[in-house]
Amino acid sequence: MKYFFDKNGPLVATYFLIAIVFWLVFLIIIPQLYMLDLSFRPNLPPLLRGGPDDIHTLAHYKHFIFGSETNTDRFNYVDIGVFFNTIFTAICVTIINLCFCYPIAFYMAKVAGPNTSRLLIVSLIIPFWINELLRSFALRILFAGEGVINNFLLGTGFIDTGINFIAMDIALYTGLTYAYILLMIFPLYNAIESLDINQLEAAKDLGSSPIRTHLRIVIPHAKAGIASGCTMVFMLTAGALATPVVLSSPNTYWFTQLIYQWFNMNDNWSRGSAYSILLLSISVVFVLLMMRLFKVKIGEIIK
Amino acid sequence: MSADVDLQNISVTFGNFYAAKNVSVKIQEGEFFSFLGPSGCGKTTLLRAISGFLEPSDGKILIGGQDMSGIRPNKRPTSLIFQNLALFPLMSVADNIAFSLEVRGISKLERRKRADELLELIALTGQGDKKVHELSGGQKQRVAIARALAIEPEVLLLDEPLSALDLKLRQKMRTELRAIQKRVGITFIYITHDQGEALTMSDRVAVMNEGELEQVGLSDEVYNNPQTPFVASFVGENNPFYGKVISKEKNLVQVDCQGKTFIANSGHIENSKKHSFSKGQEVILFIRPESIFIKNKSNKLDNIFKAKLKTIEFEGNLKNIYLNLDSNSNIKFSVPNAVDTSGLVSDKEIELTFSSEKAIVLPKGSLAVD
Repeated sequence: MKYFFDKNGPLVATYFLIAIVFWLVFLIIIPQLYMLDLSFRPNLPPLLRGGPDDIHTLAHYKHFIFGSETNTDRFNYVDIGVFFNTIFTAICVTIINLCFCYPIAFYMAKVAGPNTSRLLIVSLIIPFWINELLRSFALRILFAGEGVINNFLLGTGFIDTGINFIAMDIALYTGLTYAYILLMIFPLYNAIESLDINQLEAAKDLGSSPIRTHLRIVIPHAKAGIASGCTMVFMLTAGALATPVVLSSPNTYWFTQLIYQWFNMNDNWSRGSAYSILLLSISVVFVLLMMRLFKVKIGEIIK
Repeated sequence: MSADVDLQNISVTFGNFYAAKNVSVKIQEGEFFSFLGPSGCGKTTLLRAISGFLEPSDGKILIGGQDMSGIRPNKRPTSLIFQNLALFPLMSVADNIAFSLEVRGISKLERRKRADELLELIALTGQGDKKVHELSGGQKQRVAIARALAIEPEVLLLDEPLSALDLKLRQKMRTELRAIQKRVGITFIYITHDQGEALTMSDRVAVMNEGELEQVGLSDEVYNNPQTPFVASFVGENNPFYGKVISKEKNLVQVDCQGKTFIANSGHIENSKKHSFSKGQEVILFIRPESIFIKNKSNKLDNIFKAKLKTIEFEGNLKNIYLNLDSNSNIKFSVPNAVDTSGLVSDKEIELTFSSEKAIVLPKGSLAVD
C-alpha cells in the first residue's frame, strides 16, 4: 500500500483507491449481498418489514422447485422448464456463436492484411452503435410473417407459404447470437492474433492438414480466448431480456422474463431476488466448467 | 537420401521490386551450402521459394531432378527450420519432434521410437517429455533440427536459425550443425547474414546482394578471391583504396591512389579467369586488415605508405589500429594483442607495408554498406 502511494503520489493514489473501493463495495458487494439476503425473506408489505414475521426462509426457492411454498407434492415444471430451457438455449447460442466467430476471428487475425482486418473490425462494430432493443426490432421486421425475408422468398417463388421464423425460434437464436457476437470475436481475435505465423507455416511444412493445424496448434493456443468468449456470451445470453421479449415465440419463455415479472408485475422482490440468485449461480457454475474444460485459470480468461 | 537442388534463372518480384533476380546455381547432393548477404538481399525469399511457401515469378526449381513448380511445401522433399524455430510451445519435446509423423498417421509407439532416436542424434536422450520452455536456447535449436529431420527430408533449409543465440553458443552450434549434417548426410541450405557462420560451416557459399548472386564458391575462395567489390567488402573486413590503373604486367596491376602507387594482384572475374584492366580504368584496391604491417627492418614488403594514427581499439585477441590516409579515407589494420603498441600515439605518422600478393584489384563498383 505504501509502495502504491509512493509510486503514484498521494492525490492519484487516493483517487484510485476511492474509485476501486466504491466500485467493489457499492456496485458489486452490497447489491449482491442485499439481494442474497432478500431472497431468503418473505415478501412483506413495507410496514411489516423488520417485524416478527420478517424471518429467513427458503420459501422462494421452494416455490421455484415445487410451485408452492408449502406443498411439495409435485414439481414446478413450468419454472424449472423455463430455467433449463434458458440454460440450454444459451449453451446452444454460445456454441453457434463460437462456430461463427472462430473463422471470422482467424481470418481477421491471420489471413487478411492489416487494412482489410481493420475494415472488418469497424464494420463489425458499427451495427452495435444501435441500441440492442432496436436491433431486435430490426430482426423482427426481417423475420416476421409478412417480413422482409418471407416477402423475398415468396416473391422469388422459393416457397409457397410463409415460414414462421418466430414460432420456430429461428428469430430468437439469430437475435441472441448476433447480440453478443463482438464479445466472442474480440477475445478470439486477440488470442489468435498473438499466435506466431511461423507456427502455422511450420505445421504446414511438416505436412499438417489445415484441420489438424487448427486442432493441434491454433485452438490450444487460443483456448483462453475461447473460454473467455464463451463465458461472456453465455452469461449475457442467459441474462438477456430485450432480445427474448421481442423475438421469442409466444410459447418460449426466457428466465429473465420470469425474474422481471416477479420484480415488476407481481411486486415480489424477494422471489425475484431468489430467481436472480439461481441464474447467477448457474452462470458461476458455467464459468467453473469452462475453466475445467479448457484447463485455464481465471486470470487467463479475464485477460 | 539426399538430393541436389538446381535453381534455374529464379526471379521473384513483388510489384516492381525484384526480391530475387535471375538466380542460377546448382547445389550438390549432400552439400552444406550457404546463401550469405545483408538483410533484404533476397536470401530469405530464395529459401521460401525452395521450400514452396512462395512461387518464383520466373524460373525453375529442380530438387533431385524433379520440377517443383506447383508443388506445395508439405509435398516437397524439403524441411524448413525457421529463424525463430517455431517450435510448438504447448507440446512436449517428443511431440514436437514427431509432429510430422503424427500428421502422417503413424502409431504413437512408432512415433515415440523415432523421436527417441532423433533425441539421441541431437544428444538430448531422455528429454522427450520436457516442455519446450524448459529447454535452453541451444537445446531448442537442436529440437528444431530433429523435428525437421523426422520426415527424413532430402534437403534441409535453415533460415538464420542461430541468430537469436549468444556468441559462445552460436560458435558451439556451428560445429554441432556441421557435425549433424555430416552424420545425416543430406543437403543443407543455410541462410545467414553472418559471414563467420557461412565460412566456418559451409562447403560452398553464395554471396547475394540486392536479389542477385555476386559470387558462388568455396569458403576460402570467396574470402581470398572476391570477384566483386561487394563481396570483397561484405565477406570479412577490407580496406578499399580508390584509384586508377597505371600499368599491367601479367597478373600484377600498378594502381595510382591519390598520388600513392601500389602494386596488387588482379582480381578474379570467375573462378579461373582474372580481370583484365586497361590503363586509366577506375578501380578499387582491397587489402585486408590482417595483411597490413608496420614497416620495420624485418618486415618490409613491396608496398609501403604512410598514414596518420587515429585510435587503437582493443578487441581481446587483436588490437585494431585506425589511421587516416588522407582527409577522406581511413585504414584499419590489426595486430595480435601481444604486439607492443605503446609507442603509437595519436596523430603520429606511421609507415605501413603490405604485400602485392595479398592485395586485390577489382573494377570500381558498390561496396557493402555497414
